Amino acid sequence: MKKKQPSRSFRLDILVCAGTGCVASRSFEVKEELQKEIARRGLHGEVRVIATGCQGFCERGPIVIVQPDGVFYQRIAMKDIPFLVEEHLLKGRPVQRFMYVPKPEEPPVPKMMDIGFFRHQQLIVLRNRGRLDPENIEEYIGFGGYRAFEKALTEMPSQGIIDMVKTSGLRGRGGAGFLTGLKWELCRKSKGKVKYIVCNGDEGDPGAFMDRSVLEADPHAVIEGMAIGAKAIGAGKGFIYVRKEYPLAVKRVEKAIRQAHKYGLLGEHILGTKFDFSLEVVQGAGAFVCGEETALMAAIEGRVGRPRTRPPYPVESGLWGRPTNINNVETWANIPQIVLKGAEWFASIGTKNSKGTKIFSLVGKINNTGLVEVPMGITVREIIYDIGGGIPGNKEFKAVQTGGPSGGCIPKSLLDLPIDYESLTEAGSMMGSGGMIVLDEETCMVDVARYFLNFTQGESCGKCPPCRLGTKQMVEVLNRITEGNGQETDIEFLEDIGRKIKQSSLCGLGQTAPNPVLATTRYFRLEFEAHIREKTCPAAVCKALISYYIDPEKCGGCVVCVRKCPSEAITGEPRKVHVIDQAKCIKCGICLTICPSKFDAVKKLSPVIK
Amino acid sequence: MTNPEKILKRYNLSREHIIQILHDIQQEYNYLPKDVLGQVARRLKIPLSRIYSMATFYAAFSLQPRGRHLCTVCMGTACHVRGAPNVVGRLEERLKVRPGETTEDSMFTLETVNCLGACALAPIVVIDGEYFGQTTVDKVDRLVDKYYEKETAQ
Repeated sequence: MKKKQPSRSFRLDILVCAGTGCVASRSFEVKEELQKEIARRGLHGEVRVIATGCQGFCERGPIVIVQPDGVFYQRIAMKDIPFLVEEHLLKGRPVQRFMYVPKPEEPPVPKMMDIGFFRHQQLIVLRNRGRLDPENIEEYIGFGGYRAFEKALTEMPSQGIIDMVKTSGLRGRGGAGFLTGLKWELCRKSKGKVKYIVCNGDEGDPGAFMDRSVLEADPHAVIEGMAIGAKAIGAGKGFIYVRKEYPLAVKRVEKAIRQAHKYGLLGEHILGTKFDFSLEVVQGAGAFVCGEETALMAAIEGRVGRPRTRPPYPVESGLWGRPTNINNVETWANIPQIVLKGAEWFASIGTKNSKGTKIFSLVGKINNTGLVEVPMGITVREIIYDIGGGIPGNKEFKAVQTGGPSGGCIPKSLLDLPIDYESLTEAGSMMGSGGMIVLDEETCMVDVARYFLNFTQGESCGKCPPCRLGTKQMVEVLNRITEGNGQETDIEFLEDIGRKIKQSSLCGLGQTAPNPVLATTRYFRLEFEAHIREKTCPAAVCKALISYYIDPEKCGGCVVCVRKCPSEAITGEPRKVHVIDQAKCIKCGICLTICPSKFDAVKKLSPVIK
Repeated sequence: MTNPEKILKRYNLSREHIIQILHDIQQEYNYLPKDVLGQVARRLKIPLSRIYSMATFYAAFSLQPRGRHLCTVCMGTACHVRGAPNVVGRLEERLKVRPGETTEDSMFTLETVNCLGACALAPIVVIDGEYFGQTTVDKVDRLVDKYYEKETAQ
């Protein structure tokens, strides 16, 4: 099984990130070009190019890492490749100009582990990210993969595995934070011979992509975790439900399952024991509500994904009425490490009630967009400034939105809040799946609240009236506030109806849908009041409340905006000041984006110019 | 064109796999044609109304023929705060369609999607599976032009 030991016969390994982000920045072409150039230089016997899973630093793609030196190159373009190969691979001189530069005045950072973004992270789930080829099971095995499964299968009684997971304190990473070991135990004790396990990979929260990355970068870790869970619970079949929007993840997981079967790690009589377990991938079809466990099971059974009331909980009556244990991708991927390193090790990381690490996707108005895995208890400030590198363009930090459409926002005053399940809930937000959307002074909080409500309203399955009709009412009120027609009683109305929707909805989607509004009216009430009373949008976002205006002092008379304006609202001749006709302007913002930066003459103003 | 029978056999005529079957049919025909769905209903012995309910519940399925190019705009939170509403607004204007609709010349179908999970590249537009990151109103304008130029050149 271990005939191909990675990186033994090669002098250098060139790791090219092949996560969705880097692929979108053309990393496959970079990989091909690197291979060609290496061959042209006669280095193909000593340098190997490997496509890896997501490195997490998506903002800087395509990312290329040279091992064993650990040199990190970013934003590699096709034209850079000949020089890079000649200098670093042939002559052994790392190329400074492709390296990461934290701030313009600072020197480049050559090594990956010295970059702030990576240095402050602690990797458990993502430990294999960017160091192995996710499409090759031998590499996973080479890095100690499936050893935990072997141990669980041959040395540990089922209850022993469950006790271990319970002692570790691992809680569900999908959002609600239920104790994983306890859930397993409940499922194990449920009556019935046939039991199922499910991996929830229907990562629906917009702005969260950790599950996609784990499935793409290390699919075998999820499969191994599930195989261990199946043995502990007594399940013979498992399903991995992946959303359709993640085609690369689907492909890699399917391939990984085929390989695991081939190696006798799935199937019948696994590793010579009496244990049988098989896995199947089910693709979603674009419905957010399917992330809710009862809806997800309906979708796997081939029905419309509408939730049902609980109890009975899936651990008693799940797929086809059988006991079913559902965990999220990140939860499953933690399991092999807990089995290998022990419950005490895992419990030593994190806070009193939230153990281990959590992956967050750091996106929005942040310099270092990407995926970060950090110990529970880290503060918001550390994530945003030490890892995220702060806010771009010297803008002011305003808030960070966590928990997606079910969560809320954390304002500036709570920057030093240590993050765990309880602290986020107390702050009026929630852990959710781990999306962190950073908002700056140019983000309108009313608009963000409206965005989320509009989202949940559109994704409401329609089964229960509080969610179906209540969210509709909320969206209508939020729309009128952003359009400048808000009324004095609107905030109280939103809060009142929001609480009622929370109390009376059928499933988690409805019960949490009002959160984004309730959190913003709590922390950003003044911004709501400005929209309602003064008809202004302080962040200059809400279209109905802003005007575009050309500063006559700055306008260079270049006619670029005159030509591009789709509604012919701008008049002006070369070298003369241009003017926007407010009656004709459709506020598309083209003039603002194309005005040359040397003039920077177009401004957004609120309230509107009459 | 493949017979729907081939797709049904791929899943052993199993009703549980109806979502996967619909995916494969859409892949093959570019949408879900009514007569094909009728055939699926008869072969799987499930009412056509149930298939209709599936096809309309899940956002990924289309009962209308789609254009030659599928233009998808991500409306995730990261894309939203970085200007996706302006981008989709511009595409609506240019193509004279609303999301979910197809242009009169069948050139483009405009779609929005909740989140593609490639937030570092926000705002994102995907045309026929090719990702275009950090888009602006001006950039999508040029993209549309490029597709029309290619079409007339052929």
